[in-house]
Amino acid sequence: MDNIKVTVDNITVEVPKGSTVLDAARAAGIYVPTLCHMDGHKSLGACRVCLAEVEGGRGLVASCAFPATDGMKVRTNTKRVHDARKTVVELMLSAHRQECLTCVRSLNCELQALAKMMGIQENRFQGAMPPELVDTSSPSVVRDSSKCILCRRCVTVCRDVQSVGQLFPVDRGFGTVIAPAAKKNLADVACVACGQCITACPVGALKEKSHKERVWAALNDPEKYVVVQTAPAVRAAIGEEFGMPAGSLVTKKMVAGLRRLGFDKVFDTDFTADLTILEEGNELLQRLKTGGVLPMITSCSPGWINFIEHFYPELLPHLSSCKSPQQMFGALAKTYYADKIGVKPENMFCVSIMPCTAKKLEAGRDEMCSVEDIPDVDAVLTTREAAQMMREMGVDFQRLPDETFDEPLGISTGAAVIFGATGGVMEAALRTVYEVVTGDDLKDVNFTAVRGLEGIKEATVKMVCVEGKGELDVKVAVASGLSNARKLMDLIMEGKADYHFIEIMCCPGGCIGGGGQPIPTTDEIRQKRIEAIYQEDEGLPVRKSHENPAVMALYKEFLGEPLGHQSHKLLHTKYTPRSMWPTDVPLDEEAKVK
Amino acid sequence: MSSHTCECEAKAKAAQEEEARLYEELDVIIQKHKEVKGPLIQVLHAAQELFGWLPEKAQARIAKGLDVPLSEVHGVLSFYSFFTTVPRGKHTIRVCLGTACYVRGGKQVLEKFQQELGINVNNTTEDREFSLEVNRCVGACGLAPVVTVGPDIYRRVKVDKIPEIIKKYRGS
Repeated sequence: MDNIKVTVDNITVEVPKGSTVLDAARAAGIYVPTLCHMDGHKSLGACRVCLAEVEGGRGLVASCAFPATDGMKVRTNTKRVHDARKTVVELMLSAHRQECLTCVRSLNCELQALAKMMGIQENRFQGAMPPELVDTSSPSVVRDSSKCILCRRCVTVCRDVQSVGQLFPVDRGFGTVIAPAAKKNLADVACVACGQCITACPVGALKEKSHKERVWAALNDPEKYVVVQTAPAVRAAIGEEFGMPAGSLVTKKMVAGLRRLGFDKVFDTDFTADLTILEEGNELLQRLKTGGVLPMITSCSPGWINFIEHFYPELLPHLSSCKSPQQMFGALAKTYYADKIGVKPENMFCVSIMPCTAKKLEAGRDEMCSVEDIPDVDAVLTTREAAQMMREMGVDFQRLPDETFDEPLGISTGAAVIFGATGGVMEAALRTVYEVVTGDDLKDVNFTAVRGLEGIKEATVKMVCVEGKGELDVKVAVASGLSNARKLMDLIMEGKADYHFIEIMCCPGGCIGGGGQPIPTTDEIRQKRIEAIYQEDEGLPVRKSHENPAVMALYKEFLGEPLGHQSHKLLHTKYTPRSMWPTDVPLDEEAKVK
Repeated sequence: MSSHTCECEAKAKAAQEEEARLYEELDVIIQKHKEVKGPLIQVLHAAQELFGWLPEKAQARIAKGLDVPLSEVHGVLSFYSFFTTVPRGKHTIRVCLGTACYVRGGKQVLEKFQQELGINVNNTTEDREFSLEVNRCVGACGLAPVVTVGPDIYRRVKVDKIPEIIKKYRGS
């Protein structure tokens, strides 16, 4: 590709043709502040804090959107540039509800950091405030327009990364708010609750709906027996909340920290991840044998479930009927485990720590009650909320001792922990399905073709059937990020998908990049968290779900067999076709475009 | 009594048929613009012409037809004051109050329209004949003050000519 030469603050660099002024400045090692820019996405130049001077040009340019040309001379270190950038930030502050001391993003806010960096120590402008619109309708995501700086990053992730497209600027000028169509509430539109908008937001305009208070209340209620489960992706990220580098694997400190909060038992969602593999793996084999609906698609990711229910309801028969590991755990905690230790289901309080905001919505679904109307999962904390509770308790995370999960619902395998990364559910399933089909011992458990950050991955696994003589080529596909999932769904709709099994994770990179994870989450950070996940897998003595001794015991003592009567009652679920349109837009049959 | 019910039913049926016809026409518009680059504003324009306003159902139909999110359709139409999501009168009168029109008597023109129609800005007459709105520059400052009635443009409008303009459209 052709290169161009650009000089930024007297440093000349060569950058590919098509680069922006911002790209050139970065190549020259010069920091340019940005609030709206997102790597990998076309810049809108919305926030104007990246202003720079281009020699020969009239005004200042937004460096994130301005194309660099050969021989261009750029200055970023002039008083004019600094004053202009500072004024932009001051104007932003004048229209921003500054409750920084009590804001969820305090000390992790890009606007706050920029104001401090620029030395802004007074509010020079007293402006009118934008319209205040607080939307608490969603069980997962809370919006507050009075803190919004209109950078549109949430619009970009919602529309381009997730292809959900529920957020857009509404009205104009000072009245502009980022909102669903006609300023409806999130609960009334096809929001999938993934929370990617939260992790994209530079300020506190988007946050999760907190369950902290209900967890504190349960922990302080002597009647309640409070158990906690932790999703695989949390252990690979929660360290970041305490200043540790991305990719720190802190499973044992996390367990210790949760014990300090006062949970009666610290269990692991990995246990039911293993269980999921047995149920889902057998479901796949049954579909293959009996000519069931193929490709079968995984159902662990609740944002994905919301997406398919709203946008592809006609494909619901493709979904595995397995509940997600979180919900399988809740169902077992309130039946099998409660019974085992002699606690009434209504006194068993089940908390989960999730990298995910959609898990909050999932836990609240009507169908997720195994004992009368008692929800299987009572509270869902994001990784961020769990870390915050530890801070509130005065836990010095980095100095915690190593502790291990409680038994029996804390026993798991390497196949379960990789559920936290894109491709992990597929790989775990293949490790089990291969051995069931071939009757052979799988020598190399690593199916590396389905690993990594690439949006869509495909593989074919050859299996020689132990029953009969035939060979089976199992064709699989893996997608993360809903815009990638959409591509696979369109293939199925067109009848062009000849896969047997598809894994979908709602968030790019899988759960390690979930909407409940530490902020920021970038591709570099996603990659490091993924590495931590596979590091945990490598280090575990058992790496196949069907070899989990606690799961085997569970089948023997309680469930009977995979897909058996008890399993169907507790571990499987049904889905609901929904509409992609707001509830009050009647887009009936005759109105559909042919 | 029975004849009254019949009349109601007939009216409702006619309204339903009329609506179906409008949506069929909208589909034709959508199909026509589908291959054009950046068709949304043009389609919204034509749809508003068709319905007189942009009901949410039409917005949803456009979103589906052009394969853009409904939030984007609404976002774009809420940006432009030209588009409306409340029903309008049969004829929309827009008085320009951009700088040039303002200094050449746009404000007096607007007042005369208000007086003659008996309504304020952004309102519709009771008989649903006229809606009155204000424009901020139509890009024809040489013709100031400018008034538009539906697709028609009136240049250098004088206050005493206004009753005549209204008369031209009333009942048509």
